[in-house]
Amino acid sequence: MAIEWYLVLSALLFGIGFAGVMIRRNPVVILLCLELMLSAGALAMLAFSRMLGNQDGQVMVLIVLVVAACEVVVGLGLVVAMFRRRLPLNVDEMKELEG
Amino acid sequence: MVEACFFAGAIGAIGGALGVVVLRNPFYSALSLIVHLVFLAGIFLLLRAQFLAAAQIVVYAGAIMVIYVFVAAYVGDVDEPVLDSMPRLRVIGPILALALFVEISIAVLGSSLTALGTEGKADVGAGFGTPEAVGRLMLEDFLVAFEAASLLLLVAAVAAIVLAGRRRTEGGTG
Repeated sequence: MAIEWYLVLSALLFGIGFAGVMIRRNPVVILLCLELMLSAGALAMLAFSRMLGNQDGQVMVLIVLVVAACEVVVGLGLVVAMFRRRLPLNVDEMKELEG
Repeated sequence: MVEACFFAGAIGAIGGALGVVVLRNPFYSALSLIVHLVFLAGIFLLLRAQFLAAAQIVVYAGAIMVIYVFVAAYVGDVDEPVLDSMPRLRVIGPILALALFVEISIAVLGSSLTALGTEGKADVGAGFGTPEAVGRLMLEDFLVAFEAASLLLLVAAVAAIVLAGRRRTEGGTG
């Protein structure tokens, strides 16, 4: 399989994740779509790693996995905090800072 | 054989990704993302990243998605309004996403990467992408990044407890 197939697949998955972030209103689903974009980036990184025959890219994908886990934990913590305060779980209505 | 595996994995990954965006229930979106990640792990195997394929399934599809499913169940079924407050975004969003896809594709395929059209470096060795090789690299060349990642995980865990924990002092909000 030529390398550009992987890169085009990665671009397509990134676009789908981006569309999800734009379209959806639920913060949980927006976080899921962010995961999609991160995994698309990981795919591109692995394709380049294979292209160069260098494993540094694989270590970076592992670090990206860690960053994704942190992002999920903080994001879902925010969602739970919003739910506890009985705020609407809709990013369009959450446009004002409240103390 | 490789082509068949790639297209099977690609179709599954794209289907799972579309499911995340299209399905209305966040619970089903999370399950669809698990499907996407499993197929993507198969594509990782084609790229000779055995360790990352396993880590993807164990960490992502196993651990992280369990958190999502728990939160989706805790928050409950949030009815997303059919009549959007910003209906224009529903039209513009996919168009922008398509433009982004085309732009990235043109940027990648039009670049002067010499490996385009080839399968990458021919002889990468038998140990490429094994846990041994990646672990050795991580603990020797990337030790600082490894330690920073562990610190980041600690900070994120504390942040989650602070954000989602009950506040007894404020009263009424917990």
